[in-house]
Amino acid sequence: MTTTLPAAATREALGPTLVRLQHQGADIVVVDADLGKSTSARTFRDAFPERFFTFGVAEQNMISAAGGLATLGHTVFASTFAVFAEHAFDQLRMSIAQPRLNVKLVASHGGVSTGEDGASAQSIEDFALFSSLVNVTVCVPADVVEAQAMVEAAVANPGPWYIRTGRPKIPVIYTDGPRFQLGRADMLRDGSDLTIVACGLLVERSLRAAEALERSGITARVLNMGTIRPLDVAALQDAARDTGAIVVAEEHLTHSGLGAMCAQALAATTQPVPMEFVGVQNRYGESGTWDEVLEIMGLTAAGVEQAARRVVARKR
Amino acid sequence: MVAGAGTDLRALTRRVRRHVVEMVYGAQSGHIGGSMSSTEILAVLYGRILRHDPRHPDWPERDRFIMSKGHCTPVQYATLAEHGYIPVEELSTFRRKGSRLQGHSVLGKPPGVENSAGALGMGLSFGLGIRLGMRLRGMDAHVYVLMGDGEQDEGQVWEAAMAASHHGIDRLVGIIDRNGIQNDDFTAATMRTEPLDEKYRAFGWEVRAGIDGHDLDAVEEALAWARDVRGKPALVIFDTVKGKGVSFMENNPNFHGAAPSAEQFARAMEELAD
Repeated sequence: MTTTLPAAATREALGPTLVRLQHQGADIVVVDADLGKSTSARTFRDAFPERFFTFGVAEQNMISAAGGLATLGHTVFASTFAVFAEHAFDQLRMSIAQPRLNVKLVASHGGVSTGEDGASAQSIEDFALFSSLVNVTVCVPADVVEAQAMVEAAVANPGPWYIRTGRPKIPVIYTDGPRFQLGRADMLRDGSDLTIVACGLLVERSLRAAEALERSGITARVLNMGTIRPLDVAALQDAARDTGAIVVAEEHLTHSGLGAMCAQALAATTQPVPMEFVGVQNRYGESGTWDEVLEIMGLTAAGVEQAARRVVARKR
Repeated sequence: MVAGAGTDLRALTRRVRRHVVEMVYGAQSGHIGGSMSSTEILAVLYGRILRHDPRHPDWPERDRFIMSKGHCTPVQYATLAEHGYIPVEELSTFRRKGSRLQGHSVLGKPPGVENSAGALGMGLSFGLGIRLGMRLRGMDAHVYVLMGDGEQDEGQVWEAAMAASHHGIDRLVGIIDRNGIQNDDFTAATMRTEPLDEKYRAFGWEVRAGIDGHDLDAVEEALAWARDVRGKPALVIFDTVKGKGVSFMENNPNFHGAAPSAEQFARAMEELAD
């Protein structure tokens, strides 16, 4: 981290990256459901209007049509908010996932950091829904640099994808450039007392938690699990073996998100290690600034730090 | 090319109906009623309207047939078999372990099946997407989407109807097999969707309705008209009889998704004999 970059929202990556890739010879088509200004998809419309189709506020039609478009060989990007992507779950299942078509659903405003709009706008179950589908790659960028890399990877790897981006401007972690590798966790920091597995904006918060823990003599490995599916099970096994305790931190319901998937993967392959889960605990959100709502949910550096202390205390 | 242009369609429909009854009887499950109501529609599409080549099912310039009422695979597989996409003998594997011929449509299984369906209401959207992509590619091929009348309950159908005319899509042909019966009951009792013709016109489509869906000449004339509509999407509503061809199945809500007994099977095959 040799330089600093201004905070940026991961949602800002979509449109500009697609414009660049299309100029470089990709065959991209974008479909949108009346949220292109917020998802940055409109940037692509402005550059390639003939390759941009608006479907109005009709996500189900958009998703099935995206599947149809993909049969012609285009790389189709579908753009909306995460909560409205949930509205078209069955369409994603039948029109894209089962026939394994090349559609990338990039859904912004994921998690509770949507903030003021309140519970209805806060997608806290999208990892569960889209990870439940066979054939779908699910990714969550930790910053805008990684978001760009994920969009590039989505173009390079045919098949259905779900990428969740966020609304608020968050710090840039990858100031020296992206390190995203599909299906691979990125170790941002090593430690021996526990591993913090995080995704999205919880990655930067987990790094801060690790710094705080280090001041009291606890060293934490921090893994950015940018790919939720397929999960990097080897990295989890290494974490269990090397550090003996795991905290999973995510902007999602704990009972059905990344933490649950990590626990399942570990239970099937390794000796048990204590785990703690930082996320939304079986509740809906509420209004507030994005930072305030994260605070209410305990999705802070302090929240991760507390979970880390709990999990370390549980080690034999 | 139109494969099978010289075929005797009346004889073909009799064979297809026998396949349908045999497949559903053999599997002891499946959808006879809506397959029999669509038999002439598929016969005319594959025999007279679609540009397709059974030897090259992935030919990029082919017209696409989208089976949106994905439960009516018996008539789809039987029609594909009659046109040489798969061996007729394979039809006996319908719904069985290891078969390509699943109960509901799966894209690419067998080659010639262009979409996955079973959940209703998605085919018109999928076809719209195909046609948007074709237009972007400068391809003049057509997309034909077969829907049920019960399927018109699905809101997504109307999202697609709105979007197709908004985007000025043509060479997209919607077809409604209006047999008047859905899973539980008559469509009029389950959910009133009429007047379908006026609704689609209000959504910006060119519409022909009231066509006898079992009169081969009328079906061909209507589909040829729809094929040639430009500047708008086109819809043909065929009036059909659920279970058409077998007296005790006709217009009988009990034969939406039920298999015939041995005795019913024998009677049905007798009625469908040449």
